[in-house]
Amino acid sequence: MRIFASLKIAGRALCRNKMRSLLTMLGIIIGVGAVIGSVSLTSGATKQVEDQVSSMGSSVITVFSGNFTSGAMRGGWGSAPTLTVADAEAIAGLKNVVAVSPEVRDREQVLANGLNWNTQVMGESPEYPQIRNWGVSRGAMFPEQDIRSLAKTAVIGQTVVDELFPNENPVGQTIRIRNLPFLVVGVLTPKGFNLFGQDQDDTVVVPYTSHMHRITTRTFLNDILVEASSDKTINNVQDEITDLLLARHRSKEQDFTVRSQLELMQAVTATSRAMGFLLAGVAAVSLVVGGIGIMNIMLVSVTERTREIGIRMAVGARAADILVQFLIEAVTLSAIGGAIGIAGGVGFSTTVACIKDVPTVTPFFWIAIAFVSSAVIGIISGFYPAWKASKLDPIDALHYE
Amino acid sequence: MQNNPVIKLADIHKVYHTGEVDVHAVRGISLEIFPGEFVAIMGSSGSGKSTLMNMIGALDRPSSGNYLLDGIDVSTLDRDALADVRNEKIGFVFQGFNLLSRTSALENVEMPMLYNRHRIPSREQQERATHALDLVGLGQRADHHPNQLSGGQQQRVAIARALVNKPSLLLADEPTGNLDSQTSIEIMGVFQKLNDQGITIIMVTHELDIARYTRRNVILRDGNIVSDTMVASRLNAENELQRLRQEQQAVKLAS
Repeated sequence: MRIFASLKIAGRALCRNKMRSLLTMLGIIIGVGAVIGSVSLTSGATKQVEDQVSSMGSSVITVFSGNFTSGAMRGGWGSAPTLTVADAEAIAGLKNVVAVSPEVRDREQVLANGLNWNTQVMGESPEYPQIRNWGVSRGAMFPEQDIRSLAKTAVIGQTVVDELFPNENPVGQTIRIRNLPFLVVGVLTPKGFNLFGQDQDDTVVVPYTSHMHRITTRTFLNDILVEASSDKTINNVQDEITDLLLARHRSKEQDFTVRSQLELMQAVTATSRAMGFLLAGVAAVSLVVGGIGIMNIMLVSVTERTREIGIRMAVGARAADILVQFLIEAVTLSAIGGAIGIAGGVGFSTTVACIKDVPTVTPFFWIAIAFVSSAVIGIISGFYPAWKASKLDPIDALHYE
Repeated sequence: MQNNPVIKLADIHKVYHTGEVDVHAVRGISLEIFPGEFVAIMGSSGSGKSTLMNMIGALDRPSSGNYLLDGIDVSTLDRDALADVRNEKIGFVFQGFNLLSRTSALENVEMPMLYNRHRIPSREQQERATHALDLVGLGQRADHHPNQLSGGQQQRVAIARALVNKPSLLLADEPTGNLDSQTSIEIMGVFQKLNDQGITIIMVTHELDIARYTRRNVILRDGNIVSDTMVASRLNAENELQRLRQEQQAVKLAS
């Protein structure tokens, strides 16, 4: 088949009726444009969430202590004193475990500089920034040695810096927790709010030993943060921790829970997938509407050009030639419409992203889908009119008025 | 005259089944036309000449009888094969010119070559189309659109389009029906020139004076041939035109 010649004929036919061609394409343009635009913006938002989740560390496992039951009152996860430092050390010995931080948490009034601030004081190991994927912007994390020496050192978050050391470098200064002087050795990189709306920078991190022996007098941990070597080994490590702790605690009932960030990540991915299906539905509906528009115009066009079809048949066009000619016209309409729609959608989302300062991602996968499906719509909606044209009798067509 | 006819119709019938009454449009026509002939098929409306024309033009198949076109039995071919026969063997010229609007003369003439079974390179298409336009004296207006051309010029473009695939047969259906008498004679001049170069032409017309430019007249009535005669005193279009111009000149001088 002489595709190139057919393309030329189709192009000429469409140019002859520019306004009509444009209006016919409009259905596809708007449908594809809306889908590409909204997909760009939503996948931008999804990506932002995913980045936040992975900023908490995507291969991190949290072991919570069990629930504390007193009489009929059950305390919920983390209330029972079941996790010990020895548990954490045992977990550190497991295969595929990269870093472990025993965690104790407490809210304390922190004083410095004649100012005071109530904040979360965390007892952690020096591996804490690595596990949480969190940098230290000024100074440095306290060393391993401070754990052994129960050192009074602290690394503080940006919010605490803002509240206690406005316009000052806090590194080298002293903060007081329960009247004990702690030397500020570092400042954590600002991290902002987490997915649940908590200010992650509103924190003071001290060696967990210091926390357990100097600030509070606890012997049990709130939880243990564990980093697996990768998100592929995370499920294995999770199982091994469960087995290990069950054996160590010699209890029939599981007095702890093991959770991973991967689960959160999966929840987020499931949400964005649901959003994707929704958009695909909208796209399908708008493409069908656009396709109906194209079919309508192609039917009109076939009737209008009956005589032309007759002439072409008289000089030797086969039925298949006529079929292909009109099919190509329909596909050209819908494919050009799809291309304009894609350009419009990308342009729209980029403009919105620029003005509203929200993230946008150009969804190349969706662009490919949109383009292919608009071409397919062209074939489907063009087929009936083209078939009708090809079945015309040359004599009748020639004498059509 | 050569021995193998371009067209050999043997006892051709055509019956249309429309509604309750069968219309017997062509009732057993046998006809041979040889290469280089210039035949006018004549008859009043309802005589079956259009039906015969459609069958000769491979647009339609006879109900019974045999039709050999250039040795090919057209009466048994399917739709696609008929399309190929039209493309390769027959050049059509219609009463209403039937050019594609908003398409240049050159592209109109190129159009039949798009449907050749063998791909013709676009350069060759252009050369052949230009040559065909030169043959009908329109080489200078290749890029004009039909609405920029007079009726006579449009018909010349149509003739060029009919010639471009080098057909065995030029088939003209009332080619002068939409033209004034002087332009009609001009078009007949074009046909005569082409016929002198050896091109076989069959023309359907109901105008007696137009038929006098051909070499052979076939007259139909009620689906049968009633007369088949060679034209005794054939008119020469060029002479007639000259005479016409002199008359016009005379009228002008007189006034």
